[in-house]
Amino acid sequence: MKTIMKYVVADLIRNKVIVVYAIILAVLSFSVLSIDENPAKGLLSLLNVTLLFVPLISILFATIYYFNSIEFIELLLAQPVRRNKVLLAEYAGLTISLSLAYLLGVGLPVMIISPNLAAITLLLSGFLLTLIFTAIALLIFVLFKDKTKGIGAAIAAAMFFTLLFDGLLLIFIYSFNEYPIDKAVLGITAFNPVDLARILMLLQLDVAVLMGYSGALFKKFLGTGTGSVYVVICMLFWVLLPLLLSVRVFRKKDL
Amino acid sequence: MIHINALTKSFGSFKALDNISLNFAKGRTVSLLGPNGSGKTTLIKSILGLVIPDKGTISINDKQIGNDWQYRSHIGYMPQIGRYPENMTIGQVIKMIKDIRKDNVQYDEELITQLGVNKISSKTMRSLSGGTRQKVSACLAFLFSPGILILDEPTAGLDPLASEILKDKIIQECNKGKLVLITSHILSDLDGITNDVVYLQDGKLIFYKSVDELQHMTSETKLNKMIASVMRNEHTKTADI
Repeated sequence: MKTIMKYVVADLIRNKVIVVYAIILAVLSFSVLSIDENPAKGLLSLLNVTLLFVPLISILFATIYYFNSIEFIELLLAQPVRRNKVLLAEYAGLTISLSLAYLLGVGLPVMIISPNLAAITLLLSGFLLTLIFTAIALLIFVLFKDKTKGIGAAIAAAMFFTLLFDGLLLIFIYSFNEYPIDKAVLGITAFNPVDLARILMLLQLDVAVLMGYSGALFKKFLGTGTGSVYVVICMLFWVLLPLLLSVRVFRKKDL
Repeated sequence: MIHINALTKSFGSFKALDNISLNFAKGRTVSLLGPNGSGKTTLIKSILGLVIPDKGTISINDKQIGNDWQYRSHIGYMPQIGRYPENMTIGQVIKMIKDIRKDNVQYDEELITQLGVNKISSKTMRSLSGGTRQKVSACLAFLFSPGILILDEPTAGLDPLASEILKDKIIQECNKGKLVLITSHILSDLDGITNDVVYLQDGKLIFYKSVDELQHMTSETKLNKMIASVMRNEHTKTADI
């Protein structure tokens, strides 16, 4: 598995899209951080960039890459290797490359300009989002036979988590605002990795105004420490579940 | 060497393979023929474990393949379409497959030199033409001198010179006692290479005969004439019924 992963990474770090992705992130980070005197505000802007771009780029790029590698995956599977090893090696290679791009693009400027706990939290949430959305892309890849449908599903998934989910949550809160739904809202946020990433970051920055309803609830019920641990565990589940499901489906997939 | 028993595979309502039973022996070159969509590639992919059959069994060297994966170290596979990671060089691709098949350290690099692949090993896969990619695929299939060679449309896209080199290599390996399975639409390319012919249509086995038998039946010398003649006879037979 390590062998395949190594070669996938070697291929991907020379991929133009990955390089451009890293450069754009770096330029954005440097400019955002140097515009404002208050580093917390800069980090907040970068958080918004991360929450919008990382899921979209990760899931789209990964889906396209998986589908383009079908013939190569076939060739690998014709060698004496286990099926799940090939699949997980492809996943690992992609995740490493995309996270590397993110950690260099955002991490380097942030660590130079304002190295603190909040900055590390930002990088952690971006990293976890990369892991999650590459895993969801893998699931899409094993479920769909057709590349076009797969890409459609990837866009739909990204839109659902970045835009639609919050809207639905708001409708839910409005319709049931006469009931004690605080805990229910806490539970529902766990179903959206993007919300989880936002909360993880905002628990570190002390900007209660910007935390939104669910963020404020987290702070109230769990406090910063326990809240953060809970969020990270939820996010790790978001990595593991799609991966396990993908391996299961892939075992029986015809290529 | 390969023993296929009552193999059936459907994709939705489409029957790609319908109750196929075949035996392939060592030292033979078997051609899988048939029109598009007749199930040739599905048969090959079932042997490789890429397609999971609905019913039936496949045994290789008397071991049923099932969920096993190690049996594939006896097989060299050349796919119909070779696509590799774009930014990898030819040298890296070859090195990688060598790394994956670490159990085998005796390499047969004859094709690599004969086809001139060693001279362009620093080129990236993206910059290669379809034919050159086919050459790389061919080199990879023969690299570990496996007991079974499975070649899916090996000569499609190759230039005449390369295709002759590949054909000579196939004959040479077959004479060493290996089993070679080939699918091709270019029947003239199979002349002089193949010992046996398997003809599939709509997922059904129409016939499995040696070239000598076919020659005897049809009194033709060219493979394409033989096949055409047999198919014409089959056709009139069914028309009579």
